[in-house]
Amino acid sequence: MNYEKYINPTVAAVPPSGIRRFFDLASTMKDAISLGVGEPDFVTPYHIRDAAVNSLLDGGTQYTANRGLPELRREIAWYLEHRFGTPYNPDKEIVVTVGASEAIDVVLRVITGPGDEVLIPDPSYVSYSPSVLFAGGTPVPVKTRVENGFALEADAVRAAITDHTKALILPYPNNPTGGIMKRRELEELAKVVREKQILVISDEIYAELTYGGLQHESFASIPGMWDYTVTINGFSKAFAMTGWRIGYACGPAEIMDMVNKIHQYAILCAPRMSQQAAVEALRTGREKDYEDIRKMRDSYDRRRRLLVGAFREMGLDCFEPLGAFYIFPSIAKTGLSSEAFCSALLQEKHIATVPGTAFGASGEGHIRCSYATGIDKLNLAVKGIKAFLESR
Amino acid sequence: MLTYGGGVSGRDLQARGANCSMHMTKLEMDLLELLQEDCRISLEKLAVMTGSTIEETAEAIDSMEKRHVILRYAPTINWDLTDRERVEAMIEVRVTPQRDMGFDAVAKRIYRFEEVKSVYLMSGSYDLLVLVEAPTLKQLALFVSQKLSTLEMVTGTATSFVLKRYKEEGVIFEDDQTDRRLVVSP
Repeated sequence: MNYEKYINPTVAAVPPSGIRRFFDLASTMKDAISLGVGEPDFVTPYHIRDAAVNSLLDGGTQYTANRGLPELRREIAWYLEHRFGTPYNPDKEIVVTVGASEAIDVVLRVITGPGDEVLIPDPSYVSYSPSVLFAGGTPVPVKTRVENGFALEADAVRAAITDHTKALILPYPNNPTGGIMKRRELEELAKVVREKQILVISDEIYAELTYGGLQHESFASIPGMWDYTVTINGFSKAFAMTGWRIGYACGPAEIMDMVNKIHQYAILCAPRMSQQAAVEALRTGREKDYEDIRKMRDSYDRRRRLLVGAFREMGLDCFEPLGAFYIFPSIAKTGLSSEAFCSALLQEKHIATVPGTAFGASGEGHIRCSYATGIDKLNLAVKGIKAFLESR
Repeated sequence: MLTYGGGVSGRDLQARGANCSMHMTKLEMDLLELLQEDCRISLEKLAVMTGSTIEETAEAIDSMEKRHVILRYAPTINWDLTDRERVEAMIEVRVTPQRDMGFDAVAKRIYRFEEVKSVYLMSGSYDLLVLVEAPTLKQLALFVSQKLSTLEMVTGTATSFVLKRYKEEGVIFEDDQTDRRLVVSP
């Protein structure tokens, strides 16, 4: 049977993820060392797992309110206000979602229609552009440059805005580059947002992972920007809770009502046990002054220095990433494309990395290496990459 | 090189502890966390990972060794996987504290025995917790009955044998360490 005529051409036209091929190949290698993993190497802290188990044993197996457990929304509101200076009303301005991924999808569907353009920094996380396309809109890449630490430049944004521009996605700290936005850069961006009256979808999933003594700056905390911003965050990175699929979107009530409308029809609610686990994560974090997060961040920071240092020693240009858990070195010197470099490295040395182009055309000449991996493995990978470079 | 408590009075250790905590720098704390995980990391890597120079790193480690913050660099061994036969016991010891010396003098008499691996002063129903190791059950029993119990200040002992070790120094012995993450993910 020919299914082609049944398939929505918009969906069919979206290419499969550039990561897929590397996943398929690396999965067949038993001894592969992976720097290609986009999630923490910590297991969710035990007290959080314990809380979820207890909630299950106590019979907590029902739906929750669409927007999420009131207790969880109160904790989220407290967390965002005290940690990042962004106040949200837990009753009207927060919706708990199935991971930050659902939040991105739903928020984009709320604001994007046919003909609408959404600006996306390039390179960026793989799902923004397809989500815009699925919503019927047009993704517009905005190039970011290594010379500027892959921060989004206000002038580049201004130049990309047309009469059809609805929103800008602001994903910092950034996956795959590890770039962050400093307050001054956000203030420049705020001028453009105010002038051009566009919305900002600020994906702050890596907010807790900033280094070099720099704290994450939330876009909604820039004076006047709260009204223009939908903030997206979640528990995957800060609390090592990727598999729980729990995140949230926050913003003006008028937008969040619409987010909740799609969420309630499509999803109904995030799983109760994950929500209970999230309550425990935030409550304990608050009571212990986020000690677990500090320890995780310190651990990432050491490995970040190790990997950046190792790549520079190999003679590859590597800008210093100050966020997330990725480095994004340039492999341009080798004369290989990102794709060819990663393929050869995987085949010859069984080391998995991700080509920069999987995250957008501007990623050409770079590879993404995750340092969310044990020091032993990082050292082995460094040795392998060094040998790989010397063999060329 | 000092082993835990070896030759040092509890009072001294306590005084040193208080002294150290006042003078620990961020670099020192970072180094301790790294060394506790793996004390074979090279000086160069320690320097890179803590964002300091090799000289600063070496100096900090040297200083912590001198101040007895770092007592030794020892691996955590799962002896159950080796051929070595040994018996371990935890002995709860009740003692009469000595005039002017408190429990320290008694502890000193006890921790000098080579069979004794660790000694702790405890709150609760007994005074000292003594961790003892010997090649055979008989030797361990003899140690308790002939050496420990016969000390004039020891008024009573209760010996419990270790049957299996699950976790030591934060390391779980039979942990499933499999990385369950996808090999490559966005």
